[in-house]
Amino acid sequence: MSAKPGKIFIDNLWFNNPVLIQVLGICSTLAVTNNVRNTLVMTVGVSLATAFSSWTLSLMKDLIPRKVRMIVQVLVISFYVILIDILLRAYLPDASRQLGPYVGLIITNCIIMGRAEAFAAANKPLISFWDGLTSGIGYMAVLVAIALVRELLGFGSVLGFRVMPEGFVPWTIMITAPSAFFLVAMVMWLARNLQARREAAAKAAKAAKAAPKPAAGPSPAKA
Amino acid sequence: MDFEFFTMNPIALFFASIFTSNILMSNFLGMCSFISVSKDYKSSFGLGLAVTVVMTITAAVSWVVLYYILVPLGLEYLSFIVFIIVIAAVVQILEMVIDRASPALYLSLGIFLPLITVNCAILGAILFMQIRRYGFIESTVFAAGSGLGWWLAIMLLAAIRGRIENNPVPAGLKGAGITMITIGFMAMGFIGFSGMIAVQ
Repeated sequence: MSAKPGKIFIDNLWFNNPVLIQVLGICSTLAVTNNVRNTLVMTVGVSLATAFSSWTLSLMKDLIPRKVRMIVQVLVISFYVILIDILLRAYLPDASRQLGPYVGLIITNCIIMGRAEAFAAANKPLISFWDGLTSGIGYMAVLVAIALVRELLGFGSVLGFRVMPEGFVPWTIMITAPSAFFLVAMVMWLARNLQARREAAAKAAKAAKAAPKPAAGPSPAKA
Repeated sequence: MDFEFFTMNPIALFFASIFTSNILMSNFLGMCSFISVSKDYKSSFGLGLAVTVVMTITAAVSWVVLYYILVPLGLEYLSFIVFIIVIAAVVQILEMVIDRASPALYLSLGIFLPLITVNCAILGAILFMQIRRYGFIESTVFAAGSGLGWWLAIMLLAAIRGRIENNPVPAGLKGAGITMITIGFMAMGFIGFSGMIAVQ
């Protein structure tokens, strides 16, 4: 379990991405992905909440009796989410208004609990913080990509600035819920295909007793 | 105090929360357990039932706690923590009551109850109730409708997934990917209901 920070980063961002591979935490954030700015605010909130609660729970892991572990986890998470909510209300009042109940829903985001259970329960505080933060960044990368597509095609803008030419007809479906599901599926498909190809290439390379570097480009060996 | 006990037609709200603004299809709440449990028809039924029951009870209890304890004391900023505690407590009590009253029901429902504490849909319904400033009757009706809507959606998805289980899906889309696409089509179907009734 004593993984290196760099490897944790790559894992959380790509090989074990919380959204694409673990399919966690879609609940609270997908709803705001028709707007890049709101998505950024939400995912930064999720990353910070994950990082700090992983850190806290890792510090507390020997103090919590097993029976009440879950409720303690939820309470720690809600503490950080309340802080985030108060900060948002103070410094970004209109983003906070648009996000509405979704800020509070960070509490039940499965990623936070998942990292607390899977990583922080068995690791040192600092590395748990890092693991939580990078999980959040992996999550952010996917959701911001989805938000970019949805805002660009749905409103013709990025971050509120108009990008599309004058005659562009907005795609209404991109503003509504179904497009988010389709886009998640497409990103998932892309990522899994790329990973499968890389794995196949690595296997072929190993079989050919060539350099067993898992990070080789797409199929350098003649499989 | 700016809350009333009764402010909007509860019947319209009930149907709106099931169909036009289905908590899962239009607000994406409760996705995690939705995707993982919908593999199996029977578990979907149990989880849907549990969500509906817990959601209705917790919304009613949370409303009372919010407007009779937190608001008068000026502790509204603690609402997230209090809601979570209410949910956990209701789940715990319900588990004990069902265990005592009907062991058969406990067998089918019991395993889902702990899962529900972290189900986004429950907390989501409560937060919507708080932000939209629903009255007591409305909150309960809204929560019951949202629960039923969630139940309906998971049953539909479980049925569809049962049918497409053996279909030749591209390798990269197997499992979560194709499920997401299915949910997307279902969401489009649910959008067809919009315009029938409007909730804010």
